[in-house]
Amino acid sequence: MRAYLPLAVRLGVLALLILYLVRPQTFAPALSLLTEPGQPPIYDRADVLSLTLSHLTTVFIAISAATIVGVGLAILVTRPIGEEFLPLSRSIVNIGQTFPPVAVLALAVPIVGFGEAPTLIALFLYGLLPIFENALTGLSRVNPAVLDAARGMGMTETERLWQVDLPLALPVILEGIRLSVAIGLSTATIGSTVAAKGLGEVIIAGLSSNNLAFIVQGGVVVAVVAVLIYDGLSGVERLVARRAGTVLQEES
Amino acid sequence: MIEIERLTKYYGPHAAVDDVSMFVPAGSITAIVGTSGSGKSTLMRMVNRLVDPTSGHVQIDGRDTTEFPVHELRRHIGYAIQNHGLFPHRTVAQNIATVPRLLGWTRSRIAARVEELLILFQLDPGEFADRRPHELSGGQQQRVGVARALAAEPKLLLMDEPFGALDPIIRAKAQDDLKKIQRKLGTTILLVTHDMEEAIRLGDRIAVMDHGRLLQYAPPAEILIHPATDFVGDLIGTEDRPFRLLSLETAAAAIEPGEAGGPAIAAEATLREALAALIWSGRRAAPVTDAEGRPLGRLVLQSLIERAARPS
Repeated sequence: MRAYLPLAVRLGVLALLILYLVRPQTFAPALSLLTEPGQPPIYDRADVLSLTLSHLTTVFIAISAATIVGVGLAILVTRPIGEEFLPLSRSIVNIGQTFPPVAVLALAVPIVGFGEAPTLIALFLYGLLPIFENALTGLSRVNPAVLDAARGMGMTETERLWQVDLPLALPVILEGIRLSVAIGLSTATIGSTVAAKGLGEVIIAGLSSNNLAFIVQGGVVVAVVAVLIYDGLSGVERLVARRAGTVLQEES
Repeated sequence: MIEIERLTKYYGPHAAVDDVSMFVPAGSITAIVGTSGSGKSTLMRMVNRLVDPTSGHVQIDGRDTTEFPVHELRRHIGYAIQNHGLFPHRTVAQNIATVPRLLGWTRSRIAARVEELLILFQLDPGEFADRRPHELSGGQQQRVGVARALAAEPKLLLMDEPFGALDPIIRAKAQDDLKKIQRKLGTTILLVTHDMEEAIRLGDRIAVMDHGRLLQYAPPAEILIHPATDFVGDLIGTEDRPFRLLSLETAAAAIEPGEAGGPAIAAEATLREALAALIWSGRRAAPVTDAEGRPLGRLVLQSLIERAARPS
């Protein structure tokens, strides 16, 4: 019975989320406790379901790009040809992380205009570091005896990369992606300040009209989505780690 | 057959391998012995070009190793190492299939080969094929490592301290098994070890290295009887010398006609084991029997002792 409890909690939370997204009015009685008289308890200027989907799409696109670039860069600098670029690429990626996301938005708007683009740029830069660092760790920590055997048996560099290095580094790479997704989901809310479609819109609407119910529902939905996805990705990671014959705890 | 010709490897100003020439005949086991830092591993790694020589050549079956693309060369040379280097994300069967897959063998040929090797190494295919390396004992991992190295039927097998991680009892069994399998397949083996006992047990010829130089290259008996330098003598160990000399021959070689009482000694036991059995049971002679238990004659304590003396 105890073993099913975590799963039951997850499914319960997911069910509540779906209920809110599909039939937000169900929550009107509860949320109306937070409103001033005359304020609507449920955000009605746009469909929350489509806002959530665009929020997720933005994060998905940005983190996919960050994954391709971050993992690609890590592969490059762990090969003999790219070794010299390791310090350089480290500092470039670190710079991306030192910019506050709001500053990136502010700087990007004059260049690419309002909408999704500045948000994508900010999330991409923010997601890059954890993915790059983890991929670097994973790729450089493959057991030397395994690499020696792979080389000694006549694998080419490319065969080794695909058949040995990447599968063995995969759990650690996924860990980086998971961190970036979690950061991205929360950071994407500020994209609404530059007219990107997303759940930030609900929170900002609540702030500007002093409607506590809007702020709570926007915030809670972002948080719940982030926690569920983070949790799901952890599960995938454990599965992959078991398949790779490595245990994640060893890495930390 | 390997011909190593004036092979030298410098790391900075320091010579890891210094002008080594040797000839390894086909179908034999050659053990390279030395302390750590003697250059023995570097020498071996230059054969499959994991290390590029500063100067000198290696020829395998008459062809210079630089004639082939390096990955092609390595796919035709077996390679087994100390910590087995098995791929943790692949099953035992997939590990063994590594080189055949790289060579593009058909699925059915690979499956047949994997099964054949598992049986050869006394691992039940039904039980072990789908296991992961971390689900095996140290001895099993080591056997899978050697099976993987032999998968593509290489004529040459390089082994770098292949038994280093095993405990003594399993190691002795693994060494015996390797020798049997080598005799069966006729593979040429070049084996690196720091253990003179292992070299004498396995090697048809022993190469002793120190500070990058090849001090002596000869059959075990020759090394034991006439060590070329004091260093070789130290490696052998003076007090063990007569016993190591006896360990090179089996009881079958010292049979004399006649009868003796007490438990019999098997003809395939080494003379060292026979001597130990005689001393321990307090007998002057013991009967010898063949594998089926038929009497072949007897072993006499006095003649064993004479055999252990330094030949003049």
